[in-house]
Amino acid sequence: METNVLVTPPETQHAAALVEVKDLSKSFNGTLKAVDSISFEVYEGEIFGFLGPNGAGKSTTINMLTTILKPTSGEAVLCGHDIVKEPMEVRRSVGVVPQEYTADEDLTGIENVLLCADLYGIPRSVSKPRAMELLKLVELDSAAKRKVDTYSGGMRRRLELACGLISRPKLLFLDEPTLGLDVQTRAAVWDYIKKLKSEYRMTLFMTTHYLEEADAMCDRIAIIDHGKILRTGTPKELKDSLGGDVIEIAVKEDAGDLSEDLKRVPLVKEVLKTDHTYRITAELGEEAAPEIIDVVREKGLHISRISVTKPTLDEVYLAITGRRIRDEQANWEETVSTRMMMSRARR
Amino acid sequence: MAQPVESSEVKVSTSPLHGVWAMTNRELKKWYKAPFILAMSLVQPIIWLGLFGKAMNLGAMFNGSEFNIPGLNIPASVLNTLGATLMKSIFGTTSYFSYLAVGMLSFITLFTAMFTGMSIVWDRRFGILNKFLSTPISRNVIPASKVLNAAVRGLIQALIVLLLAVLLGMDVSHVTALGILGTFAALFLMLVGFGSLFVTLALRATSWETQMAIMNLLNLPLLFASNAMFPVSFMPSWLQPVVKVNPVSYAADISRQLLIGSTGMMSVGYEFLYLAAFAVVMAIIGQVMARRLLSK
Repeated sequence: METNVLVTPPETQHAAALVEVKDLSKSFNGTLKAVDSISFEVYEGEIFGFLGPNGAGKSTTINMLTTILKPTSGEAVLCGHDIVKEPMEVRRSVGVVPQEYTADEDLTGIENVLLCADLYGIPRSVSKPRAMELLKLVELDSAAKRKVDTYSGGMRRRLELACGLISRPKLLFLDEPTLGLDVQTRAAVWDYIKKLKSEYRMTLFMTTHYLEEADAMCDRIAIIDHGKILRTGTPKELKDSLGGDVIEIAVKEDAGDLSEDLKRVPLVKEVLKTDHTYRITAELGEEAAPEIIDVVREKGLHISRISVTKPTLDEVYLAITGRRIRDEQANWEETVSTRMMMSRARR
Repeated sequence: MAQPVESSEVKVSTSPLHGVWAMTNRELKKWYKAPFILAMSLVQPIIWLGLFGKAMNLGAMFNGSEFNIPGLNIPASVLNTLGATLMKSIFGTTSYFSYLAVGMLSFITLFTAMFTGMSIVWDRRFGILNKFLSTPISRNVIPASKVLNAAVRGLIQALIVLLLAVLLGMDVSHVTALGILGTFAALFLMLVGFGSLFVTLALRATSWETQMAIMNLLNLPLLFASNAMFPVSFMPSWLQPVVKVNPVSYAADISRQLLIGSTGMMSVGYEFLYLAAFAVVMAIIGQVMARRLLSK
């Protein structure tokens, strides 16, 4: 299997690399390799996504890049600063929105944002108006003086965003930004993220296990599994790597093999026959389908079923790793509910 | 050297004191903004003062009691004088309540210091610690702010206990401003020492159960193997050396010498030296371990 395929997207070819990672590894207890020699770049202004299941090494990578964990080997340079040699400079130039709800429940929204500002050494004269501006952007200004333990999940996520942005970072890390939120809230959180990104002209580095999200939001994606980057590219490139759309066609009659005839249809790349069903890979599914129907009809046969499927990242993921990312999802929801429980128990 | 890399031209402070202030402020806010917790932390010393100080009134055994030796009819005044002398020789004061009330100051601060470790465990458990570690505060700020928070809380609680004790009839004939200042200095050193110790123990703990177990293992031995409630002379000879190395004894002894004029184990100066050494050593260990353990 090919690893570490770096694809530079044409539109960002000339943008500067804000993150340069080379052969970065992290082992725990000497043996278990959580992250195994990964290399990639993140260009200025883009949204770069790490896509992979639980335990793939996404959070470990973020923790190394945000200088919480020390890498076992390899190097990484963020905004011109080495993560091992200049951790303080790295911390000053990046913002982090962690997976967990880390806001202090006993404090109000604004107090939490101001605390984050204080940790960056921003004087109150600057941080106060800035905190209000950020809370307004994520529409928490009316709840700013309320204690965080009265906030809903979506509100907390937005508060985490405001905290992560208080230092006006050039680069923002989002670790599973919509984990545990329902569909509408997820969409709303993404609206805020996009708004904040354009407002402050940031580069985003995010991790997710939601395929639709990665597809819709990321300029480029790295698929990570078992600590290794298996493929990097734009969502389109990754989907195109599958060879195109999939047309499935079922023929009523049992009348020999049509594969050779189907292969002669323009745009068709591959044909796979199982029983009465043909699985055809074609470049432009919608255009190839009518011609395929014609071929079948010319033989005097009848079609019982036909479908055209656009490739999704799910299929890309399946093709690369051999399993579906959805299988992992159940465990994620469990993790979230446990976390919620713990958070209640704390009070 | 440290160049702020903010996009806007804001002058940021890179002083570690800024971080210590912010973090300590966070902890203290959680305390004084929660009236229930604040009230509970004040109710506890009241109960202890009432229970131990008033209910276990050892002085009543000797003073003004009906006690007498049959057939001898010793006058009450002689018995009272005898009782007072006994009390004075054992406790260094004629009032057990005063003896205990001052010991209670060390006891209250010890418990406050013990709980500092818990908040680090919570912060780690909920990912808050990781968030702090990704901000440009020094690793040393985290234990320092926890200890400082414990010190402020502990001293405020001690002050309230002292006021309560005076209201409940503590002997104030020996109290001086300098004595109070010295007492709080001793309590501060004890808080720094034990606060650092329990923060260090909590640096790697991932569950609060572990931390609770450590606290439960240590709290009563530290309290009873000290002279906070009973004088060393009461104790068996094998326990006495333990009491004499326990920093709680030193804080209690300094407070008693300064506030009620007891005769101590040794001079106040030596006892201060001992407590200061304990605080400094523990603080250094805490800082070194924080540097090591907070970045894996």
